[in-house]
Amino acid sequence: MRALFVRDMALALRAGGGFGLGLAFFLIVVVLVPFSVGPASDLLMRIAPGVLWLGALLACLLSLDRLLAVDWEDGALDLLATSPLPLEGVVAVKAAAHWVTTGLPLVLAAPVLGVLLNLAPAGYGVLVASLALGTPALSMIGAFGAALTVGIKRGGLLMSLLVLPMYVPTLIFGAEAARRAAEGLDPTTPLLFLAGITAGVLALMPFAAGAVLRVNLR
Amino acid sequence: MELTVTDLAVGRGGVPVLAGLSFGLGPGQALVLRGPNGSGKTTLLRTVAGLQPPMAGTVTGAEDQVAYAAHADGLKAALSVAENLGFWAAVFGQRGIEGALRAFDLEALADRRAGQLSAGQKRRLGLARLMVAARPLWVLDEPTVSLDAASVTLFADAVRAHMARGGAALIASHIDLGLETDVLEVSPHRAQAAAMAHADEAFL
Repeated sequence: MRALFVRDMALALRAGGGFGLGLAFFLIVVVLVPFSVGPASDLLMRIAPGVLWLGALLACLLSLDRLLAVDWEDGALDLLATSPLPLEGVVAVKAAAHWVTTGLPLVLAAPVLGVLLNLAPAGYGVLVASLALGTPALSMIGAFGAALTVGIKRGGLLMSLLVLPMYVPTLIFGAEAARRAAEGLDPTTPLLFLAGITAGVLALMPFAAGAVLRVNLR
Repeated sequence: MELTVTDLAVGRGGVPVLAGLSFGLGPGQALVLRGPNGSGKTTLLRTVAGLQPPMAGTVTGAEDQVAYAAHADGLKAALSVAENLGFWAAVFGQRGIEGALRAFDLEALADRRAGQLSAGQKRRLGLARLMVAARPLWVLDEPTVSLDAASVTLFADAVRAHMARGGAALIASHIDLGLETDVLEVSPHRAQAAAMAHADEAFL
């Protein structure tokens, strides 16, 4: 398991691995928003939590379609399926490596980009907390989507269509927590819901993804 | 380790391709599968490796015993030869890749990135993975594709050493490896079209 995690990290960080693409995409989306809605600072302040969350979600999605497809194409997935590692563990580890290389940089970059959108000072801490709680669920749900579409040519678009509806609860509670904090309200309830969703996803999704992968490998 | 296949029927995409296969494989034995393209050798090997369920019959003794090598080697172009091999050794809970590198004459290439290897060198690396897996049953699908004569000899030596250690091998191959093995011709076991009698099940 650890070897797989280390390998996936190494592959992501080396040339062609796509590390940083998600982060750059997040940066560009957030920078484009003031251009499209105009420089009204009070409007930006109001929409900042939602824009940051949506940007992070889309950036996370961007790199997911290669999560399992690469291993499927070069035959490594067949070999992993016959190895001592359970497929549930393989998917969970790959989702974890995806989160460290994509989700974690987004969490760390979000406060900097919050400045660009004139996010209210009270919102920074909770924005980071909500992203840190929510992005692991995004990676894990995405790994399930990748398992569903593995083996399909141009499965990336189909995967986005399947995965985005499943992102809705995380997006609602994550953005709501950040918005409430930015407006000086108590964000505890949406944060707890968000943590609950993430815990449920992390507990159940590896099994769903493993089962789907077993069917797809036949 | 004792592989027993009884009255096995295998299929691809719900269509049966081979039926009525029975054979056994004990320690130190190897079986070579022969048959024309599309006769179901790969499907049979995937079933034995547990990658797909049999349509009928049983495979016993293969669970967690199989090191599988197919047409694709599962190599990562961005990792070096030693890193690729080391990864699989770690996955199978083994240490030390030197023996496998030596057996397939890859020592000089250990630091080369897998993406820069020739097709035959990649194949040798894929086969070296079998040695670090340390599983008793090798299930090999056309292992000699793109290997030159010298490398085929290296491979045959590796299979012989594996059998001498009490391992077994199930190999689909068109060329003569120079091994003293039994040969199973799969074409007589081709599934009959009668198995399609329930084809309109989905519409009932």
